[in-house]
Amino acid sequence: MKKLRGLGSSKNFPGKLFVVEGCDGSGKSTQIYLLKRWLESLNHVVYFTEWNSSELVKEATKRAKKNNLLTPTTFSLMHASDFADRYEKLILPHLRAGYIVLCDRYVYTAYARDIARGCDADWVKNVYSFAVEPTIAFYFRVPLDISVSRILTGRTQLKYHEAGMDMGFSPDPVESFKIFQGIIMKNYDEMADEYFTVIDGTLPIEVQQKQVREIVKNALKDYTSPIHNIINTIK
Amino acid sequence: MDKISFYGVGLPYLKNKNLPGKLIVIEGADGSGRSTQIAMLKNHLEAEGYAVLDTGLKRSNLVADVIEQAKKGNILGKTTLSLLYCTDFADQLENKIIPALTAGYIVLADRYIFTLMARDIVRGARKEWLKKLLGFAIVPDIIFYLQANPETLLHRAFAKYGKLDYWESGMDVHLSTDIIESFLKYHALLKKEFDNMADEYNFIVLNAEENPSQIQNQMRTLIKDKILTNW
Repeated sequence: MKKLRGLGSSKNFPGKLFVVEGCDGSGKSTQIYLLKRWLESLNHVVYFTEWNSSELVKEATKRAKKNNLLTPTTFSLMHASDFADRYEKLILPHLRAGYIVLCDRYVYTAYARDIARGCDADWVKNVYSFAVEPTIAFYFRVPLDISVSRILTGRTQLKYHEAGMDMGFSPDPVESFKIFQGIIMKNYDEMADEYFTVIDGTLPIEVQQKQVREIVKNALKDYTSPIHNIINTIK
Repeated sequence: MDKISFYGVGLPYLKNKNLPGKLIVIEGADGSGRSTQIAMLKNHLEAEGYAVLDTGLKRSNLVADVIEQAKKGNILGKTTLSLLYCTDFADQLENKIIPALTAGYIVLADRYIFTLMARDIVRGARKEWLKKLLGFAIVPDIIFYLQANPETLLHRAFAKYGKLDYWESGMDVHLSTDIIESFLKYHALLKKEFDNMADEYNFIVLNAEENPSQIQNQMRTLIKDKILTNW
């Protein structure tokens, strides 16, 4: 009998999945790093992965971006391939084995960006419907002028796609970046009720982290690390 | 095809939806005689004065090397492979097929979304997921399906390559550890999917066991009647 893959296939994993989302400059990567350090200090096995980092697909995406070969659809599908590769090889096996997985950006990044680029919202959601829903998805919300100035400070140049230059909003990269980030932020805000635990990204880093740890702690109430189980068995 | 239609949501950002060209798709398994038929059709249509573009799956340079690399090491998940093939097809569609249709060409597509769907369904993908995923594909003007029995395909594979290929035999689907048995079972499953799609998508089914020039004549007549007469 062939097994069906995709949405609705077995989703009762012993592992836990925590995701951070937000605009560039929202501070989410700092927060997930601190969360990882804390979980490791509690002797949990933590697997961390970030957007657009599949060994296999990353180079092809980079090359395609450089040569400006991508349309909104192929841009979306390249990133979906990258995500699927990490999902099938790493994220899902870790969850099935009972570990904690931390993702810096998840399917919501694709929703926000691909829809901003003109892809159909239902189409994008269908593309990623094979992915499991996270235990918690944090959205670090920061007013646009703050996140934009965080990115522009200490940066001499914005990358072409990062600035949304492929959209033709403005010939000026900074102007284009602001418009593009504005649309992405609007898309994130619209998803917030349905998917996100919102954290105020303008608060001091340690205050945000305290909130994050509190929420994660609650979510891990009934969780036992598979490694702890093994140690207990040996004892 | 003038105003194009799509199988699903299409390409929302595509501004010009009036494409004067024509899209002809030839589907069928490896060994069903697709390339022979396409080469003959191209000759014929060009001799008649039409501009022709022939294009096939996996000829784009976007992800072709990723797919090749992954197949060599057999290191890809099935959803990842689906998405890579889909990326490749989207690239062909948007960067080759649509521009050619815009310029008034006849496009001969050597396989289309139906091969992608059949291959993935046999590998356990959900049909609804695939149909939506590939919903950006343009509905062709005509779809030929060269139907052949697995036994015929087996002997043609030996005649053509002198051996059986791991992927073309569906060894990754684990139907049998014996390559001949796997080949026959795999192609029987693919054929079943194609036969199912034939009704749903209005394929013109041609018997690939017939003499190639006879098949060619049928194709030419159908193209003339259905496409060229009122163009």
